[in-house]
Amino acid sequence: MQNSDLMSERSTTFPAGIEVERQHDPDTGADTMTINMGPSHPSTHGVLRLVLELDGENVVRCTPHIGYLHTGIEKTMENLSYYKALVLTDREDYLSNLCNNLAYSLAVEQLVDVVIPEKSQVLRVLLNELERIASHMLWLGTHALDIGAMSVFFYTWQDRDLILEIKEHMSGVRTKTSWICPGGLRGDMPSGWYERVESFLNQFPKRMEMYEGLLSNNPIWLERTRGVGVLTPQDALDAGLTGPSLRASGVAWDLRKSNPYSGYEQYEFDIAVGQYGDVLDRYRVRMEELRQSYEICRQAMKRALAMPGAPVRTNDRKIAPPPKAELDTSMEALIHHFKLFTEGYHPPVGEALGVVEGPRGEKAYYVISDGSNRPYRVRIKGPSFYNLQALPKMCEGRLVADVVAMIGSIDIVLGDIDR
Amino acid sequence: MVDADVRLGLSGSDLAIRNKTFHSALTMTPGTLDGISHRFLSVVNEHGLQESVVDFQNCNGIPSFTVTPDVIEAFLRIAKENSSYDLLSDCFGVDRLAFSTAHRFEVVYSLYSIQHSDRIIVRVALALDQPCPTAAGIYPATVWPEREIYDMFGVEFTGHPDLRRILMPDDWVGHPLRKDFPLGGEEVEFSHNVREQESK
Repeated sequence: MQNSDLMSERSTTFPAGIEVERQHDPDTGADTMTINMGPSHPSTHGVLRLVLELDGENVVRCTPHIGYLHTGIEKTMENLSYYKALVLTDREDYLSNLCNNLAYSLAVEQLVDVVIPEKSQVLRVLLNELERIASHMLWLGTHALDIGAMSVFFYTWQDRDLILEIKEHMSGVRTKTSWICPGGLRGDMPSGWYERVESFLNQFPKRMEMYEGLLSNNPIWLERTRGVGVLTPQDALDAGLTGPSLRASGVAWDLRKSNPYSGYEQYEFDIAVGQYGDVLDRYRVRMEELRQSYEICRQAMKRALAMPGAPVRTNDRKIAPPPKAELDTSMEALIHHFKLFTEGYHPPVGEALGVVEGPRGEKAYYVISDGSNRPYRVRIKGPSFYNLQALPKMCEGRLVADVVAMIGSIDIVLGDIDR
Repeated sequence: MVDADVRLGLSGSDLAIRNKTFHSALTMTPGTLDGISHRFLSVVNEHGLQESVVDFQNCNGIPSFTVTPDVIEAFLRIAKENSSYDLLSDCFGVDRLAFSTAHRFEVVYSLYSIQHSDRIIVRVALALDQPCPTAAGIYPATVWPEREIYDMFGVEFTGHPDLRRILMPDDWVGHPLRKDFPLGGEEVEFSHNVREQESK
């Protein structure tokens, strides 16, 4: 068999894009080459496959292929009771666990119509902002690593690890804590927890200075990011972009300000808005968000410390379990505990939307109840799913080397996209 | 219906609750939106589309308008152009197998207005195998979510620029989020000859 026959046979047996294919357009005389990037590629931030059609170094067409991490979380949640389905929310966008917990809890709390205590609202805000810092730390490290600034990664990983230790101290679990649950929080913070958060916050501004020093005025960094992957406000809205990526394009929309939840209206903070919508703006917006998150954490800490011993869970025993101590003395408590963890509760028929500003954008849970103890339908809106939609628009006509910078700049998490 | 209930694993008490009340289920007389005031509704009235609203629901503070497939494009267009619902927050499907056979699927468009900081939901009621016109011409962000609905529920979108499966493999049979798609029962990969191998 001749070599050319072999090639043509191979290109029919493999899915398009796996092999390098060359096309010649007789009309324009252009020669393009199709290459495959991913699914296992360090700078696709998970298992994302991009089929890139290149004309020399320029991207002519970019086709993302997703679904490699699809685990059917929505379907699984439909078959678990409301309380048990909570643990799956940690596992879809695995970098913003507490934000997902909160979005789901807000939806379920609307369905069962329960009011949660003040202290749990404050701690929810504190935990969400710590989660945002942890997520942005991972983003900053990997984004810089993609562009070639390796050392930033090691420093940001340290900071993220401190937050994981804070979560571990609170719950015994480093990432998937399920600590925010319908009805409040799983429990109050253990002794020494606030001191740990305090010591993290004390060193954080200095760390931010260091990151800014490493990157913000670094000529290589500026060269790689300025004017790259520009999205106009219209482009961004058309693709359904939310979160920091949308704000970098100049659209000042943050759910914490526009539709405050969990008492965000009581905190003083600003939202960062970009001007040009390029990779550099998306970097600057997130860096400013880190500082604002730090400010919110400080305010939330002050509020939480002013309420020692206050309840962090609703008193409605149908929704949240009774305190452990009560189980030894109260028959009623024992029954409630048993019923909650076996049958669960039956929210009335209805639909509710729980939505929070996650690290990547608008995280929404749409829960439909049919009156049984399991949600009839749970829809998880992953902001990364919409953010990734903007990638072809960004990279077509740009250099292939910039594609990794653009992927990093929209901060996608494949668990959020594929669910 | 019985088959579907068995597949859903619903038991007596669940069914009793469900049959009592669920989603006004398209019982509203068209055009009876009196007493409901919303800024989107006045735009709907201006365009003479109030007759096409077959159901109205208040989803915990979010007004939801159910419309027929033939007017969905007109609805989304006035929502975007005349009511400043400029952001498509989400677009997803719902399988209502257990509640209504005539109105099997719903395609839900959740829209957000950045200027007014409010939301509405516009949804389309569809029968099994009934196609839905695409909204990609109005909200380009629906291109991927509509592919997901096609993938997960098998709803066809007419006029869609790129209707392919998005999350499941291209050769997958069935639509996983349909209520009659079984949970589990999928063959474990590379296990087709495991008995044969073990008996050797």
